[in-house]
Amino acid sequence: MEADQPLLQVNNLRIEFPTRRGTLVAVDDISFHIDPGEILGVVGESGAGKSLTGASIIGLLEPPGRIAAGEIYLEGKRIDNLPYEKMRRIRGQEIGAIFQDPLTSLNPLYRVGYQLVETIRTHTDLSESQARKRAIDLLKEVGIPGAEERIDHFPHQFSGGMRQRVVIALALCAEPRLIIADEPTTALDVSIQAQIITLLKRLCREHRTAVMLVTHDMGVIAEAAQRVAVMYAGRIAEIGPVQDVVKRAKHPYTHGLMGSIPHVGHAAEKLTQIDGSMPRLTEIPQGCAFNPRCTRVFDRCRAERPDLQPVDGSEVACWLFEEEEKKVGYGD
Amino acid sequence: MTEQAVRTRRTVASGDETVLHVDELVRYFDVSPPFLNRVIERSGRQLVKAVDGISFDIKRGETFSLVGESGCGKSTVARLVVGLYQPTAGSLMFEGTELADHKDRLRVPEIQSRMQMIFQDPYASLNPRWRVSDIIAEPITARRLISDRPQVKQRVGELLTQVGLSPADGEKYPHEFSGGQRQRISIARALAGEPEFLVCDEPTSALDVSVQAQILNLMKELQLTYNLTYLFISHDLAVVYHVSTKVGVMYLGRLVEWADKKTLFEKPRHPYTRMLLDAIPDLEMTGRARTPVAGEVPSPINPPSGCPFHPRCPHAEDRCTRERPTALELNDGAHVACHAVEENRIS
Amino acid sequence: MQAITRSIDSFYRFLDSDVYYSFRSSKITMVAAAFTVLSFLAAIFSPWIAPQNPFDPAALDLLDAFTPPVWEGGGNAKYLLGTDDQGRDMLSALLYGARISLVVGFGATIFALVLGVGLGLVAGYVGGMIDGFIMRVADIQISFPTILIALLINGIARGILPKEAHDEMALYVLIFAIGISSWVQFARTVRGSTMVEKNKEYVQAARVIGRRRGTIMIKHVLPNVMGPVLVIGTINLAIAILSESALSFLGVGSPPTEPSLGTLINVGFDFLFSGEWWIVIFPGIVLATLVLAVNLLGDWLRDALNPKLR
Repeated sequence: MEADQPLLQVNNLRIEFPTRRGTLVAVDDISFHIDPGEILGVVGESGAGKSLTGASIIGLLEPPGRIAAGEIYLEGKRIDNLPYEKMRRIRGQEIGAIFQDPLTSLNPLYRVGYQLVETIRTHTDLSESQARKRAIDLLKEVGIPGAEERIDHFPHQFSGGMRQRVVIALALCAEPRLIIADEPTTALDVSIQAQIITLLKRLCREHRTAVMLVTHDMGVIAEAAQRVAVMYAGRIAEIGPVQDVVKRAKHPYTHGLMGSIPHVGHAAEKLTQIDGSMPRLTEIPQGCAFNPRCTRVFDRCRAERPDLQPVDGSEVACWLFEEEEKKVGYGD
Repeated sequence: MTEQAVRTRRTVASGDETVLHVDELVRYFDVSPPFLNRVIERSGRQLVKAVDGISFDIKRGETFSLVGESGCGKSTVARLVVGLYQPTAGSLMFEGTELADHKDRLRVPEIQSRMQMIFQDPYASLNPRWRVSDIIAEPITARRLISDRPQVKQRVGELLTQVGLSPADGEKYPHEFSGGQRQRISIARALAGEPEFLVCDEPTSALDVSVQAQILNLMKELQLTYNLTYLFISHDLAVVYHVSTKVGVMYLGRLVEWADKKTLFEKPRHPYTRMLLDAIPDLEMTGRARTPVAGEVPSPINPPSGCPFHPRCPHAEDRCTRERPTALELNDGAHVACHAVEENRIS
Repeated sequence: MQAITRSIDSFYRFLDSDVYYSFRSSKITMVAAAFTVLSFLAAIFSPWIAPQNPFDPAALDLLDAFTPPVWEGGGNAKYLLGTDDQGRDMLSALLYGARISLVVGFGATIFALVLGVGLGLVAGYVGGMIDGFIMRVADIQISFPTILIALLINGIARGILPKEAHDEMALYVLIFAIGISSWVQFARTVRGSTMVEKNKEYVQAARVIGRRRGTIMIKHVLPNVMGPVLVIGTINLAIAILSESALSFLGVGSPPTEPSLGTLINVGFDFLFSGEWWIVIFPGIVLATLVLAVNLLGDWLRDALNPKLR
């Protein structure tokens, strides 16, 4: 089954928000895939559409947002047009979700154990006591010390990091094939963040679960992901192996983004800065969405939208590379 | 101001003049349940030792950063320095004037006018019902620095231009701006009072990285232009590395290590500093194996005895559980509060 | 000059705002608003549009008493909606009566609003003993029914004031009695939102700038807690109009010589079963419709100002 068929295949996904001032296109024609056991990082600034992409895959797009075009396939089955009930079953069983704020996934009124057991029993045919045993195993697996006791605690009795571990355990209940993790470490301190990343990586390796890791933190992606998709204004600017994207960024946006991250041990008077800010959804420019901020912009960028095209191992949506290939005199 | 003038002003002013001297600063918060509940539940008072005896100096023109995880008390220090909280004990000297004595410091204009603060959340730090020009003009009008209306307007225009916005933006409301632009407005407001000392409480942690770079560059630029001194609070070590002259590491209300930036990052002494540095995600992807430190920050209501870090420390010994370490000055100017370092158990 | 351009600018901002959009897209709200505005205009301009001055005894003709509305047999074109027992034109009485009801409703609401917002702001911002004191008073007051307090105050006022002044002062007493009995809700709401707002960073920023406590409360906190106050104010207006009618119906409100809607209903009530139904039905319809319209406006305002409900 290795990479014959991707676990998740997203084709030409387009997410729209109808508003009284016209329809906003929040995600505009993006395609990507995730292989089994792979961690795909999706990185971008707030408003780039990365969280919406994740939400549309698990079928939790908040109305009035809607999938206007495109298809989503999970193991070859189309899932974007399923009725609510069917999608709900898939959501627990085949796709798990981890959100930024662990409190949104946990019901504060129920003991953690109850929530775990309920979830396990919804998706498997284990008995009550078997499910409880499995819940304890899961808590142990995500590194909660004293799991036998902690299972009977309420969510508020856990610290932030521990709560996020419980959420991960909850997402793992039905052994899903894919986990959508939306900013799972953003609310946590660096030391806890490192623990959670290590945990996610281990789970991926051991269960061959694929993860779509949505975050704005390039550091987390570099630590955890194998491949990374860089999103800008609802489009994928660049997608490729994490090494290539981080160290040899090709798209001018990715390049600027990487330069703007301060490094320890890398003294610079000034950080590279990309002037301006990401356009609001109402005012996305024609052509390449990045063109007004791009330092290497030329006529074609303002007129035509570039599509992703392969450039040594990665795929990049930038006219520079097409031009370079044809050797029409644009170099740096 | 020309480049030359900036240089001269800087060399004249920097020297070794201490702007802020903090000595054994303490701030406790009473989080006890109401009196009746205490009687019924037979529980005593509960104190959060948010800041528990910290000392440091900030010299003119430098950026002193405080780093630490959430709940370590770094934001409380910022609010103590700027006068939003009153210290429980200890001394806070600003340019030779003792601040801790004043009952209501915020009402002492000769001190307060020289200090300003930049807040973390650009969405909460600007009054949503005010126009941007009124927000920026507030320090000017509050202290009647300029009384003439057209002049105020002109000054606001200058400030907006200086932080990279246009004077016409003054007529808009905060919600019409992005997070980064709002933080620029916040900076313009801070500058309007012509301060010498800026307290920045996580000014970029709510921003995207590319916007963070813009704001950090702007802050560095302004520091040079106006010879500003910064107290910079952040949880992000990379940002701290980029902006600071000196860095202090806080853990559970105490300063466990402080030193020049270079010393601290190249030769971290305290086990907690080492742990923090090790936890930074590795962008270079050297593939270095990391052993993330186990455990989490304990509650400041009931901090561990002795050295507060001992339950998580790989070098903890019996003495660490009993005796609180005092800060030791090493020969390269670094201060470390750690028994293991003192006893040369770790280098 | 700047003030003018700013207010024009603010007007365009309003036309472009979500609140205005939600107003435009709710038909029932527009109808309610139209009716409310119409009632206000009719009340304000009643001396000019009413066919008769119902408060002027000289204008009344007792011989025309109990004239039914025009469309009934025995109707008179001079009295479109008929007349009451004194020969008062019902249409004129309604216009003047609505005027009194609205004046009392508005007066009482504004009184309660100013008092409640002021106390709530101080309680929430200053806290401590002052907060404790204000809120305990509020707690005690809320444990008595509004009408009871109003009756009590009314009774006291009648006892203190000289008899001649009763009718003259009746309106002010009503405004005070109804206003004082409804400030608590304003105070509680404002106190709650003030406690949220005062911990926001913009208030801290104003403190660091060195602003005085009073300035911060009025210029920074107050504009940000007014949203819910507007909603309560609107709904309170409806309640105040009802309270006034109830008091007048009980005979302790506006005097029969200058009847409000409630007094008219009181008067008409005696004739309901003797066939002169129009004396009670018309004021009843006007009152019910007015209160309903104002309530609908309040409901809409609450939804429009609270994005979470949408």
